[in-house]
Amino acid sequence: MTVTEAPRIVTSRLAYDDSHTLERYLATGGYEALRKALTMTPEGVQAEVETAGILGRGGAGFPAGIKWKTTMALPRPHYLVINGDESEPATFKDHMLLERDPHQVIEGALITAYATQCDQIFLYVRGEFALGQERMQAALNEAYAHGAVGRDIFGSGFSVDAVVHPGAGAYICGEETALLESLEGKRGFPRIKVPPKIIPATVGVYSEPTVVNNVETMSNLPWIVNNGGAAFAAMGAENSKGTRMFAVSGHVKKPGIHEVEMVKTTFRDLIYAPVYGGGIQGGLELKAFIPGGASSPWFGPQHLDLPLGQDEVAQSQGVLPGGGGSMLGSGSIVVMNESACPVRAAWRLARFFARESCGQCTPCREGTGWLDRIMFRIESGSGRMEDLDLLLDVSDNIAPGLAFPYPMTTICFLGPSSPMPICSALQMFRDDFLVHIKDGACPYG
Amino acid sequence: MSRLAAEFLTRARDTIAVYPGKRSALIPLLHLAQEQDGYLTGDAMEHIAELLDLTPAEVMGTASFYDMLFTEKVGRWLVSVCTNIACLLNGGYELLDHAEKKLGVRPGVTSHDGRFTLEEVECIARCDEAPCLAVNWRYFGRVSNDGFDQLLVDLESGRLDEQVPPHGTLNRIRRQVGLAAGAPPATVPPGPAEGTPPGYPDAPKPT
Ligand SMILES: Cc1cc2nc3c(=O)[nH]c(=O)nc-3n(C[C@H](O)[C@H](O)[C@H](O)COP(=O)(O)O)c2cc1C
Ligand code: SF4
Ligand code: FES
Repeated sequence: MTVTEAPRIVTSRLAYDDSHTLERYLATGGYEALRKALTMTPEGVQAEVETAGILGRGGAGFPAGIKWKTTMALPRPHYLVINGDESEPATFKDHMLLERDPHQVIEGALITAYATQCDQIFLYVRGEFALGQERMQAALNEAYAHGAVGRDIFGSGFSVDAVVHPGAGAYICGEETALLESLEGKRGFPRIKVPPKIIPATVGVYSEPTVVNNVETMSNLPWIVNNGGAAFAAMGAENSKGTRMFAVSGHVKKPGIHEVEMVKTTFRDLIYAPVYGGGIQGGLELKAFIPGGASSPWFGPQHLDLPLGQDEVAQSQGVLPGGGGSMLGSGSIVVMNESACPVRAAWRLARFFARESCGQCTPCREGTGWLDRIMFRIESGSGRMEDLDLLLDVSDNIAPGLAFPYPMTTICFLGPSSPMPICSALQMFRDDFLVHIKDGACPYG
Repeated sequence: MSRLAAEFLTRARDTIAVYPGKRSALIPLLHLAQEQDGYLTGDAMEHIAELLDLTPAEVMGTASFYDMLFTEKVGRWLVSVCTNIACLLNGGYELLDHAEKKLGVRPGVTSHDGRFTLEEVECIARCDEAPCLAVNWRYFGRVSNDGFDQLLVDLESGRLDEQVPPHGTLNRIRRQVGLAAGAPPATVPPGPAEGTPPGYPDAPKPT
């Protein structure tokens, strides 16, 4: 079991009860990185972040420093939107950062705003996070009073305003273009993207160039500026640098958030090490685990020794009928032990996607509903043998090829990711499906 | 049915003022209306439309998209039980069953006395404390059946009034940004495409 020496970058303050206050933040080196960044050029800050090689922590995993360059090259105004909508099932890391270390998120956002020369920051916080919004607003008020936000920040001549913006309950608003629509007071319908010309970095909120970054991505920046991009890049390996927060839940003895060094740590470490997940609940064996949030293809015990790296997981030998691996996605690992019914688990995720589909694209709107209904009838004992092929057929219409990565058939990735749990479960636990259908009941009770 | 009362109107105007584009204030304003009446009344939505230069249909169009916004009356306490994957694996459905029996309603329904509305919700990001639920979006983790019964007692007795305020997730949020409490900006943020004036009430005009 490996537990590396890597420092805690984003979770360093969480041990303190008052970690959300300005007083604690300043006592632990807070806002020093912003002061330092303001003495550098915006390009210098960007270069440091590019050297760090930090990948976005929201799910897509695009290098932050490189994404910024597109916006920097365009005329102002520029906007910065922090994505704190976190609604991916079993993902709860941003929730913790927003509630427990709001100043770190704000400082990261200010560093980004300076590097990309943004005129306004929107801190979009999921509507359900009542306390998260309160903590963020309180921290922002403190930061204004401290001179860290607003006019002429710390006497540097750089000015930017920030506002905490609440969502109102819609998973799809985590998708960056739906988030921008929501921020403009509209329904959360994802926009059609045409890379590289039409993406938020070029045409974002109010049709202006907009940088969208995740809460955890932002929380890494103060450390990167303080310690240098090279120090960050010295941790991890290959394309996955630094440390990352993983949310471990389900049938583990100690569910929770753990910040670990990327690549040098494996799924096995995270699930079994006493300081992390602590092993499987109930003295049972591991049946399967979801490596990166509801949208990712499942893994089995044979994948436990895979390193926690973006490419390592993507290029692994996964379980899908069409081949391919899986993804680290939002960094959330759901563990199922032998007592878990894989049909029920896959059905519940199918229902999630059916409920959350925004309805703009036919394969997603119709397909997710059908998958939900077919899975429900199998789980509740009314399934038919033909349903198994029907599931694959419907899935193949949403995500042709049933492989990972999936091709894009819809406006956003919600559609093609929706069949992943079902296809994984069907491939790994076909017998369980058969028993449900033959016995007309769920064998797990 | 009611329009926004004076206190809420002031907060609404303050909110509009912090956005470069007026319509961006729509969702926060809907939260305010819900805080005032417990749900979105037709009058409040019309009032919001007037404040933002929108049609009532545009306001309704946005409101109807989001799960947290209700256009029909809900109970004093909105009990939202999570049954998504991590909770499912740790007894989320058993908790929901118990809640249904205890409150005598199915998910999506308000109890006869109008006090409780039960909801089955998607992951609320407290998976480490599964099974969990929220009451008016204040979170409770590792809820056992007995714990649920005790929670109802505590809510009804008023013991949790401090921890679980009435509807509206913004009820403790006061933005000082750019308003009287903060320093007025020397330059206004650049105007948005929608052509609304940038909105700090006492900001000096750019020269
Ligand atoms: C359906 C869907 C939901 C998403 N939800 C979130 C989310 O809740 N939080 C988040 O940061 N990114 C989410 N994303 C990813 C965002 O679109 C975007 O890639 C990310 O916010 C960019 O920030 P990053 O580069 O710092 O990761 C979602 C994407 C999709 C397709
Ligand atoms: S894929 Fe689904 S969620 Fe995404 S835009 Fe299309 S219908 Fe909406
Ligand atoms: S699955 Fe219930 S809170 Fe995340």
